[in-house]
Amino acid sequence: MGKTYTRPNSMKDVLTHYCPGCGHGMVHRIICEVIDELDVRETTIAVAPVGCAVLAYDYWNFDTTEAAHGRTPAVATGIKRIHPDKLVFTYQGDGDLAAIGTAETIHAGNRGENISIIFVNNGVYGMTGGQMAPTTILGQITATSPYSRRSEKEGFPLKIMEMMAVLPGVTYLERTMLTSPKEVIKTKKAIKRSFKRQLDKKGFSMVEILSPCPTYWGLSPLESIKRIENEVVATYPVGVIKEDK
Amino acid sequence: MRRSKIKYLSTGNEACGEGALRAGCRFYAGYPITPQNELTAYMSRRMEEENGTFIQAESELAAINMVFGASVAGARAMTSSSSPGISLKQEGISYIAGAELPAVIVNIMRGGPGLGNIAASQSDYFQATKGGGHGDYRSIVLAPATVQEMFDFTYDAFSLADKYRNPVMILADGMLGQMMEPLAFDDNIKPSGIIPKPWALTGAEGRKPLSAKSLRLGSGKNSLERHNERLQEKYKNIERSEIKTELYKTDDAAKIIVAYGSPGRIGRSCVDTMRDDGDAIGLVRLKTLWPFPYAEIRKLAERGCEFLVVEMSAGQMVEDVRLAVQDDNKVSFYGRMGGGIPEEEVIIKKLKNRG
Repeated sequence: MGKTYTRPNSMKDVLTHYCPGCGHGMVHRIICEVIDELDVRETTIAVAPVGCAVLAYDYWNFDTTEAAHGRTPAVATGIKRIHPDKLVFTYQGDGDLAAIGTAETIHAGNRGENISIIFVNNGVYGMTGGQMAPTTILGQITATSPYSRRSEKEGFPLKIMEMMAVLPGVTYLERTMLTSPKEVIKTKKAIKRSFKRQLDKKGFSMVEILSPCPTYWGLSPLESIKRIENEVVATYPVGVIKEDK
Repeated sequence: MRRSKIKYLSTGNEACGEGALRAGCRFYAGYPITPQNELTAYMSRRMEEENGTFIQAESELAAINMVFGASVAGARAMTSSSSPGISLKQEGISYIAGAELPAVIVNIMRGGPGLGNIAASQSDYFQATKGGGHGDYRSIVLAPATVQEMFDFTYDAFSLADKYRNPVMILADGMLGQMMEPLAFDDNIKPSGIIPKPWALTGAEGRKPLSAKSLRLGSGKNSLERHNERLQEKYKNIERSEIKTELYKTDDAAKIIVAYGSPGRIGRSCVDTMRDDGDAIGLVRLKTLWPFPYAEIRKLAERGCEFLVVEMSAGQMVEDVRLAVQDDNKVSFYGRMGGGIPEEEVIIKKLKNRG
């Protein structure tokens, strides 16, 4: 009997720097499995963000560039226009995508750039010490919302996917989570659909993944999973938000 | 047989755009700002004719980072703007310098600080030549003084950028961008200085995967300090090889005007006028602002020359001239700000009264 579960060829054989219970390692692996299954490792160019995933190029076994904070979709636009037949995707956190890079996200979508965005939403700035993100949910305590996020002072959680849905250039949006094997499989299916759509030249798509950050949520990995199921999903409902033919 | 040169009547902005296209630039991203709008409009029309990419970006930030993306993908790429927009691009230029990518950035300078006005100015000299963004880096800075040089220098900028994997800036005042002059070039001109780019991200087909980055968290030979040392070695090499200066009637000159861009033309006219009166006046016109011709100016100072630096700023390049001369008594300055143009009569009066 052969091995049924191995390291994807698209993943380097190295340890990652991620904290125990962090979702990034899982999402990295899922992406690599999809790239292997689509057999596009040698024709993929990824854009890593500023944030916890900035070192993704040390873990992925395909071409990857860094981008300035939030400018990730602009860098991907430049790459894709030069290599329209390559798979070009960005990997972004909520600070990168929904705060400093909001304009780049919206306008890449509005131009209908034929790229994929993998958006990992854990509701905090992990790399800098767990500060409040635009996606932090109401009532959540962070390093910069010590009295919890209050709508009257800190505003509301930003629902980027729902905003993007109104743009005609955006063709596929799905929000998933990493709370159980079933949901992980759904996440993998969503990423695969996004990549396949790009390879079929169907245009801009984005997958948002609700991901745990035990370190800055002050919870254990298991408690973090429960928090997504019990609290985060109420603000960010999972499922297909938009899918054009 | 090569066809003879074709003559056009062109604005500096459009000459710059055509120079880029003839150099093989097939990616341009820009954003509207006066006085460089003719360049963006020109590229929007011509890029499509040449099967290249034109993007009117959502911001200057996006434009420079699109150039980052096109460059890391192996293309010759350019963006342009004017002073306030160039301030916004500085973060991206720093990343391009740190990741050692080639790129051409055009700054058609207007008056500042802040929104300032839309008249010609040279008040971005410090920003362009001393780095501009964060970190220890340099951009090669070319300073055209005619519409012809707007074409020629932009054409050359792409080979320089590729050769050194470094940002190259075309620094011109708004007057040079918007005025029209005859422009001549060989219609069969082909891109020059095309070299392989083994560092470009094209997909890891048949090779190990590549990464492009400015983040350096490693130690030893992978440390940020070593990376910076390598960059500084490269900058020294550029300083040794790429200085370009026009010396006009300096051989027997006792007094020398130092200028670049539009004031360089005014200076040349002053030299001719004063030579007619028998005054031994010369001109040093800088074609590269960084690298700066310290040695050339020092040589003239050692010969006993005095210098009048003329700029459309409060006095920025004059600091480098002082560094070269090492004797403040020999360096004087005349500058106009906020759209003022240095006047020939004032320059002549200053040169006559002195010494």
